[in-house]
Amino acid sequence: MTTTEPSAANPDTEAEAPPPDPNAVQITINGRPHTARKGQLLIDAAADAGEYIPRFCYHERMTPVGKCRMCLVEADSGRGPAVTVSCMVPVSPDMKVDTESPTTKRMQEGILELLLANHPLDCPVCDKGGECPLQDQAFSHGPGESRMLEEKRHYEKPIPISDLVLLDRERCILCDRCTRFADEVAGDALIHFNSRGNNTHITTFPDEPFASYFSGNTVQICPVGALTAQPYRFKARPWDLSQQESTCTSCSVGCRTVVQSSRDELLRYMGVDSDPVNHGWLCDRGRFNFESVKSDQRVLQPLVRSGDGFQPVTWNAAMAEAAALISEALAAGGANSIGIIGGARGTNEDAHAWARLGHDVIGTPNVYAQMGDGLPNGLLAESPATIDEAANAATIVLLAPDLKEELPVLYLRLRDAAAKRRSRIIEFAPKQTGLTSYAWRHVAYEPGTQAAAVAATLSDADVAVQLAKGNVVIVVGRANLAESSAATIAALNEVRAAVPGAKVLTAFRRGNVVGALRVGMRAGAGGLDTRGMLQAAADGKIECLVLVGADPLADFPDTNLARRALKAVPRIIAVDTFLTGSSQQANVVLAASAYAEKAGTHTNLEGRVTALAREVTPAGSTRADWMIAAELALELGTDLGYSSVADITASIAENVSGYEDVTVASVAGDGVLAGVPTDLDAVEIPLPAVPERNAYEYRLVVSRVLYDKAISTVQSPSLAHLAPGATVHLHPLDLERVGTSDGSEVKVSGTRTSVVFRAVADDTVLRGTAWVPFNQPGPNVGELIDCFAPVNDVRIETI
Amino acid sequence: MSRLNEANVMLAKEIIGRYPKARSATIPLLHLSQQQNGYITDDAIAHIAELVGATSAEVLGTCTFYEMFKMVPVGKYLVNICGTMSCQLLGADELMHHAEQTLGVKAGGTTSDGLFTLEHAECQAACTEAPNMQVNYRHCHRMTTTNFDKLIDDLRAGRLEGEIPVHGTLARVRQQIPADKAAGVASPDAPVVPAWMPEAAQ
Amino acid sequence: MSTYPWAAGYIDDGDRPKVVTSRFHLEDGYMLERYHATGGYDGLKAVLKKSPTEVHDEVKTATVLGRGGAGFPAGTKWGLMPAGKFPRYLVVNGDESEPGTYKDRLLMERDPHQLVEGCLIAAYAAGLSQVFLYIRGEMPLAHERVANALNEAYAAGYVGKNILGTKFSVDIVLHWGAGAYVVGEETALIESLEGKRGEPRLKPPFFPAAVGLYGQPTIVNNVETLSNLPWLAINGTAAYTAIGTATSPGTRMVAVSGHVNRPGVYEIINGTTTFRDLLYGEEFCQGIRNGNELKAFVPGGGSAPWFTPEQLDLPFEGRLVGAAGSMLGSGAIMVMDHTTDIPKAALTLTHFYAAESCGQCTPCREGGTWLERVLQRVVDGRGTRADLDQMFEIGESICPGNFPHAASSKLGLEAAPFPYKMTTICFVGPSAYAPVHSALTLFRDEFEAKIVERKHIPVSVGVVDDHH
Ligand SMILES: Cc1cc2nc3c(=O)[nH]c(=O)nc-3n(C[C@H](O)[C@H](O)[C@H](O)COP(=O)(O)O)c2cc1C
Ligand code: SF4
Ligand code: FES
Repeated sequence: MTTTEPSAANPDTEAEAPPPDPNAVQITINGRPHTARKGQLLIDAAADAGEYIPRFCYHERMTPVGKCRMCLVEADSGRGPAVTVSCMVPVSPDMKVDTESPTTKRMQEGILELLLANHPLDCPVCDKGGECPLQDQAFSHGPGESRMLEEKRHYEKPIPISDLVLLDRERCILCDRCTRFADEVAGDALIHFNSRGNNTHITTFPDEPFASYFSGNTVQICPVGALTAQPYRFKARPWDLSQQESTCTSCSVGCRTVVQSSRDELLRYMGVDSDPVNHGWLCDRGRFNFESVKSDQRVLQPLVRSGDGFQPVTWNAAMAEAAALISEALAAGGANSIGIIGGARGTNEDAHAWARLGHDVIGTPNVYAQMGDGLPNGLLAESPATIDEAANAATIVLLAPDLKEELPVLYLRLRDAAAKRRSRIIEFAPKQTGLTSYAWRHVAYEPGTQAAAVAATLSDADVAVQLAKGNVVIVVGRANLAESSAATIAALNEVRAAVPGAKVLTAFRRGNVVGALRVGMRAGAGGLDTRGMLQAAADGKIECLVLVGADPLADFPDTNLARRALKAVPRIIAVDTFLTGSSQQANVVLAASAYAEKAGTHTNLEGRVTALAREVTPAGSTRADWMIAAELALELGTDLGYSSVADITASIAENVSGYEDVTVASVAGDGVLAGVPTDLDAVEIPLPAVPERNAYEYRLVVSRVLYDKAISTVQSPSLAHLAPGATVHLHPLDLERVGTSDGSEVKVSGTRTSVVFRAVADDTVLRGTAWVPFNQPGPNVGELIDCFAPVNDVRIETI
Repeated sequence: MSRLNEANVMLAKEIIGRYPKARSATIPLLHLSQQQNGYITDDAIAHIAELVGATSAEVLGTCTFYEMFKMVPVGKYLVNICGTMSCQLLGADELMHHAEQTLGVKAGGTTSDGLFTLEHAECQAACTEAPNMQVNYRHCHRMTTTNFDKLIDDLRAGRLEGEIPVHGTLARVRQQIPADKAAGVASPDAPVVPAWMPEAAQ
Repeated sequence: MSTYPWAAGYIDDGDRPKVVTSRFHLEDGYMLERYHATGGYDGLKAVLKKSPTEVHDEVKTATVLGRGGAGFPAGTKWGLMPAGKFPRYLVVNGDESEPGTYKDRLLMERDPHQLVEGCLIAAYAAGLSQVFLYIRGEMPLAHERVANALNEAYAAGYVGKNILGTKFSVDIVLHWGAGAYVVGEETALIESLEGKRGEPRLKPPFFPAAVGLYGQPTIVNNVETLSNLPWLAINGTAAYTAIGTATSPGTRMVAVSGHVNRPGVYEIINGTTTFRDLLYGEEFCQGIRNGNELKAFVPGGGSAPWFTPEQLDLPFEGRLVGAAGSMLGSGAIMVMDHTTDIPKAALTLTHFYAAESCGQCTPCREGGTWLERVLQRVVDGRGTRADLDQMFEIGESICPGNFPHAASSKLGLEAAPFPYKMTTICFVGPSAYAPVHSALTLFRDEFEAKIVERKHIPVSVGVVDDHH
């Protein structure tokens, strides 16, 4: 035992002084000693010591710029009290800080008066009124009145800077927060300072809006009401809002949010600064799709088919009907003829109740939460990495779809890692992505050659040196829906063979898909996954299909198979919030509660379990999925024993591998990381032989973009129009080869059918491949995808 | 149409090549564009943004920071009358007044024939020769109303074309760095110890 | 002969040593041929025979003070770069825009090779691998002359690869500005050189010598500072320090403008020449115009607090002037005789700094313009007595605490010495206040004479600026 060992290990001896912490810096704040961290900014150290220094431009997640000057204090570093910008200056040993000296106070008053000199006093009609840092600080630190008699600066009132955000330049105090966010966090420097001196203002370039997926964050961080979001403008006053912390389930990043409502109506989501997850940011889809919860298209009560349409019925009648359909199916084809697809949209508790209904009550092994657009669930068991680990790895290997489009805030985290030079990114992708320009190496591959491309790159000496530099995290997801997932697994195996210690972050996309899979929405022994169920259904082997918030017609890559399956199945039960293409074909529709209408827990892609809040009353007579499962079980003669969400949370902790520590208490705040599951099989799927591509054909690449026909987007008026629509993108030289030009229509033919798309010249697309975004308004690329083929090639002709 | 023309794109690339980071060439390229078109257009900004690898909003932000870049067409001759202290002490206000009368426009305006734009300017680094003015940034020292009138006459009559080029043209001598003589850019991304420094020997 | 038509402004009457203006009397002093003929590039040749460290030490020992405004010794500044960190850059500050300042333009127009040689000596001594020569945009002639000099120097093998057959290689890139006074501030200069808006960076935490252009160690030196180096290299440290005083060795170029009989740019002996010499001396300005009385003068560029005749006997020496409540700045003296409308003169300067504010920090952006508008009101005869106090209040929001000013026995005022505290990022904000503060402190009666008490204060028009 060495002498530096803590004295607790040595109870008999006098407690020795602990070794001095090399990172501790002793300072004095307002006469009281305080231990700060080395390199810590004075403003943060003061906050730790309980002294809040007012500020406008400073934001913990962005480079300090020291522009607003509100945070000036007097600090003495040995040469007498000096005016110090506390947001720029790090603490130094023995610094004496006075945040309340007369000079400090005089400066704060002065700055506030100057800020208000040109700021309009339209607080009563300003969205920020009531939660405005300028208003608050004017009250707490200001002179109380402005003495400027001259007329204030005038600008044209709110101008749109993006589809979702408006800018009122008269209110702007030029704190550089939105512009810094755009440049340094989002990487879209599309809003910028313009002009100089007293005329300085923020603008976008004419005809080039701030078309960022992250524009809503600027509204949240604006310290005045200069930036307002179209979906929230003039909707409520902050003091009328009630709010709860929750988790965004729009994708599987699981950003921490605050859900706000007024008079039982959802009004706004705000990002919460969670260290391990989202650093306060949200993407615009996650931030603004609360509109869909309030949509008047919601299914508000259970429906039963009647002829071509539906008949609203009572819950009793609907449950009886659903139970009857299941019983009939059991009688006709046995448990194996029943399939349950879905569960990724709900809470862990929803999924667990449905998993138990399927596996234990009905007895079918055909239960699956993925929609044929993911990867084998066994990946979740393979040395999982956290988002933080990925964003701090020496090397990040991307075998993933475009994260900016599919998991936007994960994109922000990894972009930050690369832009700040903490990490180097090696990207393998069939098409350039949002991260390509930040990648140290970008390797574009033609679908089918992924593993070979990886192998070739890893044999490069520079790459080997880089991979040996330290932690490697592989981010793996389904980059191309028109290619077998086996190709991705083969590529992953190449990396893992080369870097045995690498950790894996699974970039599964859909909201709670990881939670659903882990708590039981996955195939039992001999069971089928979604593709298997749809194929069996098309073959007439499925007697009853239950869609738990699943829309195979929209989400399953092979539309033709999905359509044949739904047509052939005699009984469909849909649990849904809207009548989608798939639930419209159901015999009975069980009206489900939506996000923010039900409590529970959520598991994000790294396995973090956090809370979901119920902030508003469920619409109509809708019920949570778990309740529907529990009642259906009762109807079928089994009591699952669940009478509350907490019952199921406890049942999950008891029964689900890795969820032992999940409790109502532990999921609060940043939540708890679930342990590695031990009951998932290792992934082994054989790589099918990939046919040569005929030189006249193009290999199809299909992936998602942020805005598509997802129901929560379509049903949010602010977002719906942002989906770009289906077009086929070809490299400009290929477009020339086809003999057509940007914007013309072309016929794209696969093995089954032809679809007409508008063509787009796009040099981010690899030559010889054709990229089409999935699930877009307009022609459906899913018609061209054969989900059993290793790759899909198409012919492209002019019309 | 107001993107840089082919010859200027060549020149732009040469200029960009002198800097470790392309964005440093923003101001020189804006000058080049102003020389080509007489003022800066949105298309030119978008083109320069492409060339230097910034967003158009960033280039616009830079462009509007600097007085010399005009976002709207100005006269063939930009007449800048200095109004800062030394010139003001020695009659800048009177000179400006006279100029407004003679040209028939207020400061900030352009004559209807498109020949002159009159501007109020700040210190032109010629304070001992006050009052001063510049025509297309060519200094005119110790101005009086008489020699102002003569200058305007000469400009109108085209007698000063050789000395004062049209607005947009700054220096008529450009730096040339012959490829065989260039030491090359010192990029921060590829740090090299200067060969003549003692550290290089180690 | 006193002035040279091709060097308008420069006057070399008298028998003073010439360090940087020795070629100003030559019409073709800017051509390489003439430069050669007058000892040009001998300094570089001498320097290349020594080690960089030796040359650096010489500059340090000579105490070549910065001529850009702050007066920081060049050799010491070079030594602040972190050891072993490369590349390092030299950015030459040729942005001369401070009101009253007129010397760098002359140096660039009249003797560009001297500047080029100075850059090369600095680059050699401090291990700077690329030089950017930033010339103010509104100086096309300087630009042409320097471009021509560089083209000649490249052709002759003085600049570029393997200079004069040695291992010393450096490019000098000519860069030009586009009209923004604040860009003369060294960190704004760097931002501008990076293609951005010329907004000063905050220092501390980082000074350019540590983190400058592209985040690398960077030396920013003024044109005149660097133009001293060839003479120093040829004549040696002892000869250099023999001129001037121990704390202010060498010479300085000073522009005296305004109400004097012979305004001009003079190369004076540093540290000993007094303001009285300059304003009244036979070899300098020869007195106030029309035999008028001296009312006040700005001793160091538009941002300097004002002096009155009481300070005439101070020598041109940084510390003494600082203690007396002002600064030497960039070597620009502006003289006001008794006919001067003081509030209006102050307004001219305040307008300048308010208009030239970069706009990033609140006190300067808002305070400068506010000050200007209140002062404008007063000058226009629309002000109130409260406005006068208001101006001090606004000023205190820019510079809390005592603001420096000169002593005045008439007013019973003791001098408040330099420097001041400031809430701004750079000195532009305080500069907008300095003239108001000086004028109001020393000549309050002239402001009061303009006050006409009224019930209603007419409101001036708001500023609308929108490019699109
Ligand atoms: C607002 C402001 C404007 C300045 N303008 C100039 C200028 O035009 N030319 C200059 O050489 N220095 C100027 N300076 C000083 C520079 O910041 C810097 O100190 C100088 O260039 C360093 O060179 P030196 O050490 O050789 O003097 C200015 C400083 C400030 C604060
Ligand atoms: S003081 Fe003025 S010029 Fe200087 S940084 Fe602040 S706003 Fe910009
Ligand atoms: S918060 Fe420090 S200057 Fe704005």
